[in-house]
Amino acid sequence: MEILSFLADGVLLALLPINLFLIVIGVTVGLFIGAMPGLGSVNGVAILLPITFLVPPSSAIIFLAAIYYGAMYGGAISSVTLGIPGASTAVATTFDGRPLALKGRASLALVTAALASFVGGTVANIFFTLFAPLLASLALSFGPPEIFALMLLAFATFVGLGGDDIPKTVFSICFGLVLASVGFDTISGEPRLVLFDIPGFLRGIGFIVLAIGVYGIGEMLWTIEQTRGEITSMNPKMTVKGMVEDAREAARLGWRGTTIGSILGFFVGVLPAAGATPGSLMSYGVAKMMSRNPQDYGNGTPDGVAAPEAANNSASTGAMLPMLTLGIPGSPTTAILLGGMVIWGLTPGPRLFVDESEFVWGLIGSFYISNVAALVINLAFIPLFIWMLRMPFTILSPLIFVLSIVGGFAASHSMHDLWLIVIFGIGAFFMRKFDYPLAPAVLAIVLGPIAEPTLRQSLLLSSGDPTIFFTRPIAGPITVIAIVLILLPALKLFRRNRAVVHS
Amino acid sequence: MKLTKRLFLGLAAGSALATLPLSALAEGWQPRRPIDFTIMAGPGGGADQIARFVQSVAEANDLTNRPLVPTNRGGGSGAEALLHLKDARDPDHTLMVTLNSFYTTPIRQEGLGVDIEAFTPITMMGVDPFVLWVHKDSGITTFEQFVERVKEMDGGFVMGGTGSGQEDSIVIAYMAGAYDLKIKYIPYDGGGAVAKDLAGQQIMATVNNPAEAKGFYEAGDFVPLLAFSDERMEAYPDVPTMKEKGHDFSYYNQRALVGAPGMSEEAAAYYREVFGKVYESDEWQKYLVSESLSPLPMDEAQTRAYWATQVQNHRDLLAKIAN
Repeated sequence: MEILSFLADGVLLALLPINLFLIVIGVTVGLFIGAMPGLGSVNGVAILLPITFLVPPSSAIIFLAAIYYGAMYGGAISSVTLGIPGASTAVATTFDGRPLALKGRASLALVTAALASFVGGTVANIFFTLFAPLLASLALSFGPPEIFALMLLAFATFVGLGGDDIPKTVFSICFGLVLASVGFDTISGEPRLVLFDIPGFLRGIGFIVLAIGVYGIGEMLWTIEQTRGEITSMNPKMTVKGMVEDAREAARLGWRGTTIGSILGFFVGVLPAAGATPGSLMSYGVAKMMSRNPQDYGNGTPDGVAAPEAANNSASTGAMLPMLTLGIPGSPTTAILLGGMVIWGLTPGPRLFVDESEFVWGLIGSFYISNVAALVINLAFIPLFIWMLRMPFTILSPLIFVLSIVGGFAASHSMHDLWLIVIFGIGAFFMRKFDYPLAPAVLAIVLGPIAEPTLRQSLLLSSGDPTIFFTRPIAGPITVIAIVLILLPALKLFRRNRAVVHS
Repeated sequence: MKLTKRLFLGLAAGSALATLPLSALAEGWQPRRPIDFTIMAGPGGGADQIARFVQSVAEANDLTNRPLVPTNRGGGSGAEALLHLKDARDPDHTLMVTLNSFYTTPIRQEGLGVDIEAFTPITMMGVDPFVLWVHKDSGITTFEQFVERVKEMDGGFVMGGTGSGQEDSIVIAYMAGAYDLKIKYIPYDGGGAVAKDLAGQQIMATVNNPAEAKGFYEAGDFVPLLAFSDERMEAYPDVPTMKEKGHDFSYYNQRALVGAPGMSEEAAAYYREVFGKVYESDEWQKYLVSESLSPLPMDEAQTRAYWATQVQNHRDLLAKIAN
């Protein structure tokens, strides 16, 4: 019960007028930063960090956490309305959010995203409140072999789904992995695959570059070609009644994805090195795998929006846990928050909960308040974003093009990345024409940079013995499940062939 | 209305014109546009923390008339940042926050064609020492026990670090050479990840900056065994140094601000004054203490001499590792 009284104090602290004001401002700013393609919570938090010195540390981190939260909600908006992921965490949201919008159900997609985000955030907050110290030790027990096993599982959920053409899926994954290995190799400390000796490749190929290219430019080219420019993604006028109905439908059709995303997202978020983007992609894969109608995924099912959105909010709370309890950031954004805490004179780490309990519980309390504020503010803005969709396509498509380029530049300030965006966009268009699934390539470029070093670290640890993935108590079961999932489609194919022979 | 608006604009423009040259005359060179503040590492690491700290001190005390715009260009172990500065279109508005990859990356990747002697020294904000850490559950409490344990395990002792050729690997390689140790070295992509895996006992020892290990040290999880500083560190008075053990070796990560090659003397003088003030601010002095950084103030000529010795030292150390 001690926890509850701490939490009550924390919530009261978050409800102080100045903190409440900062939460509302932070969430709104975050929402728009998140909605802008290319800019995500990392940029928002980094840009606004210096101005937090005007307020006490507990208010400062509440403000930054509110931006972080707002951005997680905001990412879904451009994923749905424009088809470009607003932030890397919202890539999986485009898979089904965009088809829903094209069907004229953008409002359903956005309402689902908002509600799933709220549930995801709240579930994560409850886990956080109750089990923070316990989960910190869980995070520590994940060494390189465990993280690699988890990444293998993520790939397996995408390969083993069936439905899609498996060889093409595998090709797409390999393509993404090759792109992910461009740049600097952590293990050997040498540059590799620096294509044409262009120095820009030393930095590697950013995930956001691929995502904007594929979903911004590529998707736009595809839509233009499919419709000969005659599309106007019509959406009915937004009414309060319509939104209530959407909310009902979202609850009915999206609860499964929300549940999976909330729980899985949190645990992936807690693991340092993983973070919200892998969390949301994995949740999408798992939700699809567990669904009775996997063929609906990718064609616009609310479940496909709910799973990644619940997961990215849940994971963003989860990622705070290793930051606060271990001083280890679970995502790029928490890395900057961590820097902020050091600047404010706090030492994140195992002692923080004891030495600075007011600060920690104030922050946790603010998570709850931010989550409610973000839901209300997000719902209030949905009609505005829907209104944007009613623009004729002839205006919307150049706008998407401009936003892709501006967003790509804002993320890295590099012309090199802009050319890559254009090249990837054209490449993605042709891949789509030849029926190659693009999502696995995007998944690979997100997970590749985590999977590759952890694989090599594990093998260094075991002096090259691959049984390390089977003999460790946590890594073992995960690896086995992943391998079964990868082999499942082959098994199905085998059985189908036998059935054909018998008949 | 139109007339008054125009009049107002005219007055405003006139007064701006009238005051601009005056203030410029009074204070010498002033930045005319936002200042590119390149960080040689990714977000969240030591260099990034320092850059954002410096930026906020400058902002809070209103030290620059144009904002500092921090951008992380950590790619290729800092190669990206070095190239960005080397090819800066506007050297007077381009600064960089460095770490030791400032020395090592040009040596290791000669193809970049970066000559750090051409860069403009601005301010040395401090140097960050390295300390050897083990987990308390290992039972090791002294450096001698550590050496004994490593020898016992004959190649099975696992240490983590931030990659071959990086700062900590240089320290570890020196130590291994001096005591004839066989160590299995696992590279990670940042000091934070290394510290976390020591806390989870995935690895057995690390060479981390105190700032990275401080949280675990205060909680009692980490035990410091040896400092690679010139003298015993104030925060760890009981921890012996490598020099006390009879090896003339110390190693620091530099935390310095550097200007692009070709920066004008006037601009360099302006930035030296601004960041000199940041250095002397209470905020920075407190930061030096809390993060166990050592001060190492030096002027331009001293910095250039320091660079020359550092480049030579790193060339020797890297050559030793390669053999």
